[in-house]
Amino acid sequence: MISKEQIEYLANLARIGLTEEEKKSLVSDLSSILGYVEKLNKVDTPSIKGISHVTGLENVAREDKLKKNNEQLSIREKLLSEAPKRKENYIQVPKILE
Amino acid sequence: MNLENFTIKTAHEGLIKKQFSCEELTRAYLDKIKQENATYNAFLSLTEELALTQAKKIDEKIAARENIGSLGGIPIAIKDNILVEGYKATAGSKILEKYTATYDATVVEKLKKSGAVILGKTNLDEFAMGSSTENSAFGPAKNPLDITRVTGGSSGGSAATIAANQSIVALGSDTGGSIRQPASFCGIIGFKPSYGMVSRYGLIAMASSLDQIGTLTKTVDDAKLVFNTIKGKDILDSTTIDSSSIKSSTSGFKNLRVGIPKEYFGEGIDSRVKELVEKAIKNFEKIGAKITETTLPLTEYSLAVYYIIMPAEASANLARYDGVKYGYRPKALPTGRQADQPGAGSSLLDHYLTVRAQGFGSETRRRIMLGTYVLSAGYYEAYYGKAQRIRELIKKEFEKVFSPSANGFDILLTPTSPTTAFKIGEKTDPLSMYLSDIYTIPANLAGLPAISIPCGKIDNLPAGLQIIGPQFKDDLVLEVAQMYQQVA
Repeated sequence: MISKEQIEYLANLARIGLTEEEKKSLVSDLSSILGYVEKLNKVDTPSIKGISHVTGLENVAREDKLKKNNEQLSIREKLLSEAPKRKENYIQVPKILE
Repeated sequence: MNLENFTIKTAHEGLIKKQFSCEELTRAYLDKIKQENATYNAFLSLTEELALTQAKKIDEKIAARENIGSLGGIPIAIKDNILVEGYKATAGSKILEKYTATYDATVVEKLKKSGAVILGKTNLDEFAMGSSTENSAFGPAKNPLDITRVTGGSSGGSAATIAANQSIVALGSDTGGSIRQPASFCGIIGFKPSYGMVSRYGLIAMASSLDQIGTLTKTVDDAKLVFNTIKGKDILDSTTIDSSSIKSSTSGFKNLRVGIPKEYFGEGIDSRVKELVEKAIKNFEKIGAKITETTLPLTEYSLAVYYIIMPAEASANLARYDGVKYGYRPKALPTGRQADQPGAGSSLLDHYLTVRAQGFGSETRRRIMLGTYVLSAGYYEAYYGKAQRIRELIKKEFEKVFSPSANGFDILLTPTSPTTAFKIGEKTDPLSMYLSDIYTIPANLAGLPAISIPCGKIDNLPAGLQIIGPQFKDDLVLEVAQMYQQVA
């Protein structure tokens, strides 16, 4: 129902590296789950609009307000210190262009 | 100090009558957790410094004869997918093993203000994905009633902590039953509020249209106290609603109209669980409730709808874990991968592939893959679109049975889970694990309030009765559960 090639394509979209063994078990797991959800085709849903939100809220907005400046500086330091690799106030990443 | 029988009320009385100080109470709980954690693995980390600082503040207030409030000095455990500033928040995942929360979740901010003493962070299935806590990257939590069995999940650590008297109350999150099912397995109270009642700001997102924070407690009174503290509209979570104008109360069991949806008692339920739930329903009848069998025909599709919508949202939410700004940084190649395969090089793409291969556990990867599939071009309408339409029908089906112009039920009674706690390692294929949530998922799909309360034991293992109420009638659900706990 789902092929190994499809698993490889999806893994690339989802950015997940997989071993051959993991690919094999995903072929069988996903096929069985997708087989199970097939039953939804028995429900007739001709002109129903899909749910967008259970509470029915739409377009909730808030004021776009700056926090105090000194508060922002301390948040910046906290966030930057979470980065696995950092140089001064920059986050270091692997090379993007080959 | 005997920690066995504390509720919020009795601990509060002990504090204000100076039978013990808040620091003594806090240390007693912290010591108990340290002694027992190797056995139950309910906590992933302790927030000891925060707890003791808060305790000292409460003791100063008591000494100065100030009002400490009902939650002041009360020990509370927090599921490790909810952020407490300055402390680790792993969500049970290796990819966040080294992550320290940079801010407080709204619920945590509210609890701190109320004077509650946060003891630590509890174990969970990775990113709350699971029904047994076996998917935690840090080992499964063990059921205090039988340590060879699971706690249920994903809020298994929070449930175990209450069952083992390691805290008085705990917070959990519930996407498809993750508060109610472990509460059922551990013999305690688990309450999932209506979607929108409690802010999700600072809750590490799994499936945003289904996730809701709620409580795990010994009594319904305690659930109510904590819920009233954490609920409310929050500018930082645009999906929260202002519930202050919603009135829902009952005049007691007399004239309470109770619906029993027959689909919740069919194939797959352990007959002994069914008997206990039916006995509990009889008790409702004895004290005056009007019991009527009803039908919710779309129930059989709930699990299938859930297993499309949940992974779809999860795959999008988990796209952020890339090991760049925070989190996991890979060391070596994953086992089994050759150097010429994708993920083995030094480009940014290789970095992503390796981080996410090593950082995520197998269930998380399975759900990301499934979600990516149902959202991908050519399949979106057939899966996600279809599931969203049936979700709308499921919500309407509930509205109908609660509507005064149709069945007019005040509440529905069902089992919480088809079985009692199963053995650790017993369920090996994903679908059989998913079936454990078959009775709890519908309330998440429709955004309804639901609570699990113990209704007896089978071979010393507890079963749970679920009360489901109409949307935003959270107070009604709590009130009925409260009345029932008093008479049961």
